[in-house]
Amino acid sequence: MTAIDRVEGRACVLRGSDIDTDRIIPARFLRAITFDGLGEHAFEDDRIQAKGDHPFDDERFAGANILIVGENFGCGSSREHAPQALMRWGFRAFIGKSFAEIFAGNCTALGLPHVTLDPDDLAALMDSVTLDPEQQVVVDLEARTVTSRAGVVEAIIQDGTRRQLLEGSWNATHVLLDAGDTIEATAARIPYLADFPS
Amino acid sequence: MTNTKPPISDQTNLLDKVWDTHAVCELPSGQTQLFVGLHLIHEVTSPQAFSMLREMKLPVRFPERTIATVDHIIPTLSQLRPFADDLAEKMMSAIEKNCSQHGIRLLDPASGQQGIVHVIGPELGLTQPGMTIACGDSHTSTHGAFGAVAFGIGTSQVRDVLATQCLALAKPRVRRIDITGKLAPGVYAKDVTLVIIRQLGVKGGVGYAYEYGGPLIDAMSIEERLTVCNMSIEGGARCGYVNPDETTFEYLRDREFAPHGAAFDTATRWWKSLASAPDTAYDDRIEIDGNAIAPSVSWGINPEQNIGVDERLPHPADAPAEKRASLEEAFSYMSLKPGEPIEGTPINVAFIGSCTNGRISDLREAARVARTGHVAPGVKALVVPGSQAVAREAEAEGLDEVFRSAGFEWRLAGCSMCLAMNPDKLVDREICASSSNRNFKGRQGSPTGRTLLMSPAMVAAAAIAGHVVDVRGRL
Repeated sequence: MTAIDRVEGRACVLRGSDIDTDRIIPARFLRAITFDGLGEHAFEDDRIQAKGDHPFDDERFAGANILIVGENFGCGSSREHAPQALMRWGFRAFIGKSFAEIFAGNCTALGLPHVTLDPDDLAALMDSVTLDPEQQVVVDLEARTVTSRAGVVEAIIQDGTRRQLLEGSWNATHVLLDAGDTIEATAARIPYLADFPS
Repeated sequence: MTNTKPPISDQTNLLDKVWDTHAVCELPSGQTQLFVGLHLIHEVTSPQAFSMLREMKLPVRFPERTIATVDHIIPTLSQLRPFADDLAEKMMSAIEKNCSQHGIRLLDPASGQQGIVHVIGPELGLTQPGMTIACGDSHTSTHGAFGAVAFGIGTSQVRDVLATQCLALAKPRVRRIDITGKLAPGVYAKDVTLVIIRQLGVKGGVGYAYEYGGPLIDAMSIEERLTVCNMSIEGGARCGYVNPDETTFEYLRDREFAPHGAAFDTATRWWKSLASAPDTAYDDRIEIDGNAIAPSVSWGINPEQNIGVDERLPHPADAPAEKRASLEEAFSYMSLKPGEPIEGTPINVAFIGSCTNGRISDLREAARVARTGHVAPGVKALVVPGSQAVAREAEAEGLDEVFRSAGFEWRLAGCSMCLAMNPDKLVDREICASSSNRNFKGRQGSPTGRTLLMSPAMVAAAAIAGHVVDVRGRL
C-alpha cells in the first residue's frame, strides 16, 4: 500500500457545521453495487438548491484536492459512499474543525488524511483560501502541520491514524490478517462461542 | 467454563469487560484488534466489500458469524421478484449471490425472518449480551440494548470483518447517562432519546460510548431500550448500551438463536457478570430527570434541533454564537419561524416504522391513537412494520385492520421512508411526521422534503389531526 506523508495542492472551502453524509451523497445514489460514478453526485442536492452558488460549483475552487470544512463533518449515516464520492470528485485530504467518528474511520480506510486545526487557525485558513484560492496548501503528516499563505499551523491527527497513513498500513485487512491464528485462539475463549454456542 | 479465560475485575464497566474478552492484540497504531462476535450485513453496504475480498483473493474467515438480510431497498407494496426497480433487483441479486458463494445465511423475504437488520437481530435472539457486533449501518448502536458493544462501520471495515472477523478500533471512553423518575403517559423512549440529544448535542458523544442506566432505563422493556440505544449515533456516540438484567434474560429466553436449556443458564451467569459494577468510575456522568420529559418533536435539520411539543421554536439570537448559523439554516430550510409553537404545524405525510420505532410495541401504541379517529384528508399515512415477524404479530392482534380502517396504509417490512431508498419517498416540500431517526435535509427522498421526528403515537396523532398535536390529549 501507498504511504501517505503529505498532500499538497489547491483547496476548496466548504463552510457550515454538522454536514451529514446524506447531504454529501444522497441515499438514492447508493442504489448500486459499486462505488463507480459517485463523484459527480457529491453534494448534488445542496448544489441544485444553491443554484450554482456552492463551493463545488465555484470555478475558483475547480481542481482542488484538499477540502476544508467546519465542525462534525460527515455525521449521520455510516455510508462509505460519502468519502468515496469526495475522493472520486478529486479530494485527497480533509482539514476541519472536527469530524464524525465513522466518517473519519472510513477516510482512514481509504488512505485519506483528515486533520483538525485550532478554531482560529481554521478560520484564518478558510479566509485565506477564500481570498486566494490559487495558493498551494500543504497537509504534512510527518511534520503535523498545515501550510498556507495564512502561515504554518499545527495539524491535529490521532497518532494511530497518522502512523497508518505514514506506514501505508491504512488498509486494515492486511494488518488484521497478521494476527494469524491468534484470531481463532481468541474465538476459542469467548464464552458464547466456546461454552454455550447457540 | 474453562479456566483459560483472562480474569475480569468487577471494578470495570461493561465496555471494558467486553473489550478485554474480544481483544486479539494491540496493533502498532495503538488500536485494538477486536474480534467481532456477530456480523450483520445488508444489501447496500456489503456488495463492494465482497468485490474487494475477491480482488484480494481472500475467503470469508468465519461465514457462520455473519448473517444477512435485505431491508434498505426492499419495496413495501410488493416484494415479488424481479423488483420493479432494476437497481434494487441488482442489489438483491448481488447479496443472494455473495451469500450463497460464501456460505452466509441470508434471511430474505422467503425465509419469513426478513426485516430491518436492527429489528431482526434482537427478535431472533442473534443479539446477546456481551457480544461485539458490527454492521455496515450507523444504527448498529441499537443492539447495545442487550449489553452488547455494537458499532456501525463503513464498507472497507465490512471487508475487514469478512476477511478476518476483526476490526481495528480505538476503545471509546464511557459516559454514564442516568435517567431518573418515570415517563408520564404519552411520553415514550423516543422522547427520552430526543431529550438526551437535545441536551448533549449531535456531537456531544464523539469519542464516547453511552451507558444508559438509572431507574427509568431499568424499568424499560427491551424494545424501549432498543429505541434509546438506536439513536446514540445521532448524539455522535458510536455505540450505546444498557447493562443486561432480568428484563434482558427473559426477553432472550426461547428465542431461536439464543442458547437453550442448560446453555441458557450458563449464558445467564456470564451475562450477569458483565454488568458494570455499581462503583464503576466513568469518564463522564450526567443525570436527566425523566419526570420532566415531554413528548418531543424535531423542527430543524438535525436531531438536536427538537423541542417539547408544548414549547415554542427557539430564537437564533438567544442561542450560543456557534449554533446560530445552523439554526438560521434550519429555519430557512424548514420554512418555520422563531417563536412560533411547533404544535399546529401542518403535515402532509405520516410515517410509522424504522429501526428506531418499527417494533410491535411501537405499533401497539400508534394503534391506540389510530383507534381514536381517521387520517385527516390530504394526509398520506404509512405503517411499515420493522420485520416480517412484527407484521405477523401485529396482524394476529388485528392492528393492521385498526390502521387500515383509520386510513393508514399497511405495508410490508423494510426501512422504507426512513431513508427512501425504495419507492416510498416524500415529494417536493412535503412535511412528514416521522417515527424515524434523522431529519437531515433531503433524508426522506425529496431533496427539499421536511421531516419532523417524534414517537409513533405522536405520528399517529399528527396523521389524524393533520398537524402536530400533543398526544397526551388524545390517549
